[in-house]
Amino acid sequence: MLQIRIHGRGGQGVVTAAEMLSIAAFQQGRHAQAFPSFGSERTGAPVVAFCRIDDTEIRLREPILAPDVLIVQDSTLLHQVDVFQGLHADGYVLINSKRDFHDLGLAEIERRFRGERLITVPATDIALKHVGRPLPNAVLLGGFAALSGLITLGAVAHAIREKFGTRFSAKLADANVAAAQEAFEAVQRQMQEPSHAQAD
Amino acid sequence: MLKQIEGSRAVAEAVALARPEVICAYPISPQTHIVEGLGELVKAGTLSPCEFINVESEFAAMSVAIGASAAGARTYTATASQGLLFMAEAVYNASGLGLPIVMTIANRAIGAPINIWNDHSDSMSQRDCGWIQLFAESNQEALDLHIQAFKLAEELSMPVMVCMDGFILTHAYERVDMPAQAEVDAFLPAYAPRQVLDPAEPVSIGAMVGPEAFMEVRYLAHAKQLSALERIPRIAEEFAARFGRASGGLVRGYRIDDAQTIVVALGSVLGTLKDTIDELRLRGVKIGVLGIQSFRPFPLAAVRAALQDAQRVVVLEKSFSVGLGGVVSTDVRLALSGLHLHGYTVVAGLGGRAITKASLARTLVEAIADKLPPLTFMDLDWRIVNRQLERETQMRRSGPIAENLLRDVGPVAAKVA
Repeated sequence: MLQIRIHGRGGQGVVTAAEMLSIAAFQQGRHAQAFPSFGSERTGAPVVAFCRIDDTEIRLREPILAPDVLIVQDSTLLHQVDVFQGLHADGYVLINSKRDFHDLGLAEIERRFRGERLITVPATDIALKHVGRPLPNAVLLGGFAALSGLITLGAVAHAIREKFGTRFSAKLADANVAAAQEAFEAVQRQMQEPSHAQAD
Repeated sequence: MLKQIEGSRAVAEAVALARPEVICAYPISPQTHIVEGLGELVKAGTLSPCEFINVESEFAAMSVAIGASAAGARTYTATASQGLLFMAEAVYNASGLGLPIVMTIANRAIGAPINIWNDHSDSMSQRDCGWIQLFAESNQEALDLHIQAFKLAEELSMPVMVCMDGFILTHAYERVDMPAQAEVDAFLPAYAPRQVLDPAEPVSIGAMVGPEAFMEVRYLAHAKQLSALERIPRIAEEFAARFGRASGGLVRGYRIDDAQTIVVALGSVLGTLKDTIDELRLRGVKIGVLGIQSFRPFPLAAVRAALQDAQRVVVLEKSFSVGLGGVVSTDVRLALSGLHLHGYTVVAGLGGRAITKASLARTLVEAIADKLPPLTFMDLDWRIVNRQLERETQMRRSGPIAENLLRDVGPVAAKVA
């Protein structure tokens, strides 16, 4: 079972991101469960959402305490919330930031975890460029598809269209798909750089 | 058709497939998404004919439901927590009058202290009100139980609550198999009321009944619930035959055949329990779980049959009777009258406290060693409990308890779960 924890702030679409991830996994024929950490639903307050993906029915209902994947939608949380709590030794981390792990003050995290699985992507900038609003949620899912290869960009695009297209407009969905695509490519490029070469 | 949707949306679509003619709605978390979804389906004309009535309170919601049902309409509403308490008088009237209303309870704690999160305090507070109470383990079961609930309610002329864990199920996206309209139509015939307010054939409903017949009317309600003990499994079988999956029924065992220890529980925690039990089984522990799907009527015989060969029974419940202990466990003990089993009550998950596999495993291992106290509050923070007790010993004006405890806990935003 793959367990993903998404951190962000109220208003950034954290819960929607987990839901879209579950739709993308479902689109690929897998079982998926997405749910929020209910509570502080105020704009700007720290919010956590969870997604589990498996090949069989998911019965477990506890919060994700030991994630395989962390997506951080707001880097200002890094020094407020212990986002890395319980992260699996082989875990993936994707942070929305223009800066790299070292510049974010996360050198210790780089040492503790597998460097080639730690990546940052300027998701807010990419969202502003394509969508015109600082909503990094769909963008980061494109980045996650590239980072992990655990979900395809096509499935992410399908999930964005299902979620945004029905709720809002096809235009907004298209803009988010384009943003996710750009994040996908940006992460792919970074991963080909020597510093992100596969350690094994 | 397989879909990856929110639990509330799945329930809204299932209710729509049952073709209710009147829906009364008053929003309260965590139920709101269900009636919002139904409102959209009515507005879009997908659910038609149906009158969607916004009311000004839960008391009005149930009152409108009573009127609509008495006029012969298939009627639905949903609520949670304080909303259910606020409609309580009308809830008793709906069952007392024998009106087959279906209502979702998106289970949530009751204040004070105010708390929007999940436990079973709300529906348990109405366990004696004369409604049938069914509990869903997953979103698929919640969806299926709503379709079964209309059939059950109308066959018996008795209202049914379908209880599903607030947030944990209502707000979870997961895979559900949504039946086709034609299949639901074939399963659920049009509503044929036993009593109806019809100007062409005038009757009155709701007579005052004095000591001469009140007990008899109440007894008949009990007899009707007892007859539901046969009807609920039959409807579940019919459902399984048509839709190809087991949902509902009275009780459902998991790995109980050779189990020396059986955990009894209701609702979505059954999933986490099954995973926990699988892990304990790998360690050679003979343990199983019994899910109760029908809490009212309470299936005494089925519970006894499932538990009687075990050595110990642990009732894990998200409800709590202050001054006594377990609510579910009191009923389970009645089912076990005369049997000499070790019995434990574990109260867990109140007000949304996460129920984890690790805590369950630790608690169950203690129970298996017969080291667990008869009543345990799982993962209780004794540190803040004892500090408050000490404060109360030391000073008269110790202040409001909730505020004191929050100060002792400190900021929670930094914690992940």
